[in-house]
Amino acid sequence: MHRQMGLKDDEYEEIVHLLGREPNFTELGMFAVMWSEHCSYKHSRQTLRRFPSEGERVLQGPGENAGVIDIGEGMAVAFKVESHNHPSAIEPYQGAATGVGGILRDIFTMGAQPVAILNSLRFGPPDDSRTCFLIDRVVDGIGGYGNCVGIPTVAGEIYFEECYRESPLVNAMAVGVMPLEMLSRGAASEAGDVVILVGARTGRDGIHGVTFASEGLDEKAEEKRPSVQVGDPFMEKILMEFCLEAVRKKLVAGMQDLGGAGLTCAVTETSSRGGTGMEIDLDQVPCREENMNAYEIMLSESQERMLLIVKERSLEALREILERWELPFGIIGRVTNDGIVNVWYRGEMVVSVPAKAVAEEAPAYEPASREPAYIREKRFFKESAWATPEDYQEAFLNVLSSCSIASKEWAWKRYDHMVRTSTVLLPGQGDAAVLRLRGTSRGLAVTIDGNGRMVYLDPYRGGMMTVAEATRNISCVGGKPLGITDCLNFGCPENPEVFWQFEQAVKGMAEACEALSVPVVSGNVSFYNESKHSAIYPTPVVGAVGLLDDVSICVSMGFKKEGDVIVLLGCGDLSLGGSEFLKVIHGEMSGRIPDLVFKEEKRLQKLIRQLARKGVVSSAHDLSDGGLGIALAECCISGGNGADLSIADNSMRPDLLLFGEGPSRILVSLPEGNLENLKKMAGEYRVPLDILGKVRGRHLKVQLSTGETLIDLPTSIMKSRYLGGREPV
Amino acid sequence: MKFGVVVFPGSNCDVDVYYMVRDVLKCDVEYIWHKEWKLQRFDAVIIPGGFSYGDYLRPGAIARLSPVMKAVRDFADEGKLVLGICNGFQVLTEAEMLPGAFCRNTHLQFRCSYTYLKVENRNLPFTREAQPGSLLQMPVANGDGNYYVNEAQLEEMNEKGQVVFRYVNELGEVLPQANPSGALENIAGVCNERGNVLGMMPHPERASDTLFGSEDGLVVFESMMNYLAAGKG
Repeated sequence: MHRQMGLKDDEYEEIVHLLGREPNFTELGMFAVMWSEHCSYKHSRQTLRRFPSEGERVLQGPGENAGVIDIGEGMAVAFKVESHNHPSAIEPYQGAATGVGGILRDIFTMGAQPVAILNSLRFGPPDDSRTCFLIDRVVDGIGGYGNCVGIPTVAGEIYFEECYRESPLVNAMAVGVMPLEMLSRGAASEAGDVVILVGARTGRDGIHGVTFASEGLDEKAEEKRPSVQVGDPFMEKILMEFCLEAVRKKLVAGMQDLGGAGLTCAVTETSSRGGTGMEIDLDQVPCREENMNAYEIMLSESQERMLLIVKERSLEALREILERWELPFGIIGRVTNDGIVNVWYRGEMVVSVPAKAVAEEAPAYEPASREPAYIREKRFFKESAWATPEDYQEAFLNVLSSCSIASKEWAWKRYDHMVRTSTVLLPGQGDAAVLRLRGTSRGLAVTIDGNGRMVYLDPYRGGMMTVAEATRNISCVGGKPLGITDCLNFGCPENPEVFWQFEQAVKGMAEACEALSVPVVSGNVSFYNESKHSAIYPTPVVGAVGLLDDVSICVSMGFKKEGDVIVLLGCGDLSLGGSEFLKVIHGEMSGRIPDLVFKEEKRLQKLIRQLARKGVVSSAHDLSDGGLGIALAECCISGGNGADLSIADNSMRPDLLLFGEGPSRILVSLPEGNLENLKKMAGEYRVPLDILGKVRGRHLKVQLSTGETLIDLPTSIMKSRYLGGREPV
Repeated sequence: MKFGVVVFPGSNCDVDVYYMVRDVLKCDVEYIWHKEWKLQRFDAVIIPGGFSYGDYLRPGAIARLSPVMKAVRDFADEGKLVLGICNGFQVLTEAEMLPGAFCRNTHLQFRCSYTYLKVENRNLPFTREAQPGSLLQMPVANGDGNYYVNEAQLEEMNEKGQVVFRYVNELGEVLPQANPSGALENIAGVCNERGNVLGMMPHPERASDTLFGSEDGLVVFESMMNYLAAGKG
């Protein structure tokens, strides 16, 4: 029985040991879901300790529903990213929709008003009908939920690789803002407090959803469709309004949303965090269906539900708000001080377990780890083995219109990215989205980034690069990075080669976080992203949040003014290894991943923030996928202007110059009059710079300093290839 | 001068309209809960965008049954100003305070993007500040913005100047490419015969601040303000 629920034999023995007896069916189910990888992080806990999670501004680090950072002036920002990969592979609309619903609840559970949604998506190449269906339904699900709740979806990324064909990734991130005094936690700290379940009625959906998420996808995965929950964004909106009002009126002692592992998780975690226990009466749970048994009620993952811990004296005021919003609720129990969760149903005690044992005492594993053979093979790569393109312009257009590089407007135009009238930099306008903080002159910058290709070829360096790129994107719009949240998407951790990837990536990310002074305040691990045929690229995704003291100075990426000087800041390492160019033009995924020098990265980011603050630059765009060539195209297309550039070849191959990828480089444009100022400031920060040319006309013209013309194209042609290149749906 | 902003369960642009009126127009503004039925204290009522009752059944179909909608109808019958934006427009057609109805967008997708609008009737309390021949830039954000009305009604509306806004391209031409939803004759906004009730799919409140791409939405609100100020003066 326990094996069917996903528990190992020795885990079962540990449960018997902890209880001092055999668990009954319901208890076993509760342990099984809470000790699943999804809830207990049993394979990743040890490794995750590497992440720096502290800082003077950190109010809440990992372990709560979301991380929280103090942003001054009495305000705080809460944010978290989470995966909904498995459900989205089976039922893409609801999988993606409930992913958004779950992450929004994580934010308002902390007492914060959600202000932005972001997402990071991975699919197979859009060349078969199943994949196109997945893409269409995932995008629809994200929009369908977020648009209805009224939280703007402001930023994201979408990549297409063969390895994600059967294991798509759907990571959703949310950001919220609150006055400091509204910070709430998911703890039941005081015996005698009342336990209330609010929101949607409990049904038979999603039972063992987390167990399903803790194994690989196989041909029987379709049968798990009932493990996927169905979302009701209208209920979420009402629940959110209610929760925030209740917190504002100080009627809540503790709050925890019901997500993975449902009531079991909410009850045991709140008790465990508060060092208390609970008496729960399941007869008081509002149910959707008749004759549900205790097991089903405890394990249901029905969406849009919230557990509130409330003082007896607040009950009447709370009831008034609940009735005004016409929300179903049940007063389902009380907090006790013995550390035991006792659950009653139809007059019988059906569960009696120590809260801590269920919530926190899952075994931790230290899986074996081994460097995969491909790592060495793929690194041996001589650039000279690949012929340079005969026609650079053709190669340029092919990279520009390839599905991973081309504009994602086809997706974001289906998301309401403007509701709440705070989105200052819209999708596609800057390296990060920028939101105003209403009632102040300040703003938030938010971004989400991952680069599976680089992490696959070199997990350690790839991990570093991911953190560096996310923070660089924040800096490019003028924001100071405050912290990050991460979603670690990997294959099966019991495979030593996968676990090695995981360890190496986390190590690289952790070192980058230390060096760039950004704490990790929340996150999520998603293992078992593999099918019978293949595992995904190891894909850590980083969400970053930054602060702008003055939102009106935020910097977008478009070339804005005829005659502005175009300058490349920084001279990070360059490689064609793992580049989009190599993939698109040569069909190859191998090579050396460029090196990242933290000191240079840090100085560059400081410089770009200073340039933004002092209004020196008109535009800024970091060089990432597709290298300098694609960055130039994006600046031209976004700004509606052309550019005329001459590049010194520095005895580099032109394709490396144009399409090589690497960290620590930012493309800016500025009025000629500011050039001296720029040079002076770059000198102070010891950032090398290269003056490339000018914003001019309606053509992009790129010449080598030797006189050879690589690209000479009207922006209108680039735009049509970029926008219409490959619209998969 | 006092504005009221109706709040249904599921309204989500109520906050945007509220702050725009308070912080940009610097006018008095108050939320109106959907169970209220007294609106005498207001000079103008705005029904904001969002997903009232989750858009379940059909956008606006449940909201029209709210107590507040009876009050809004009486309010309009007195000749006072009612503006419905996006979902608010859908509610007004469902309540039959405006002609026409909405279908799913022809491409079956939600669409959030900037549009250009031509003002077809500048003699209304909502459009009197619009410059002749000028285009207004405002975003739309909807999945059911595909306006429809039968032929006889359409003819009558065109004659009586009830078609207020049309989607156009940046040159002011009424073209299918400029139409984000497939709306009949590129219709973006319509008014009642009396001209005191306006429904529009684009969001003027999202184009009313220097921080954003356009301030053209202010034309609608400033027209209302000036109309009310003139009437009271």
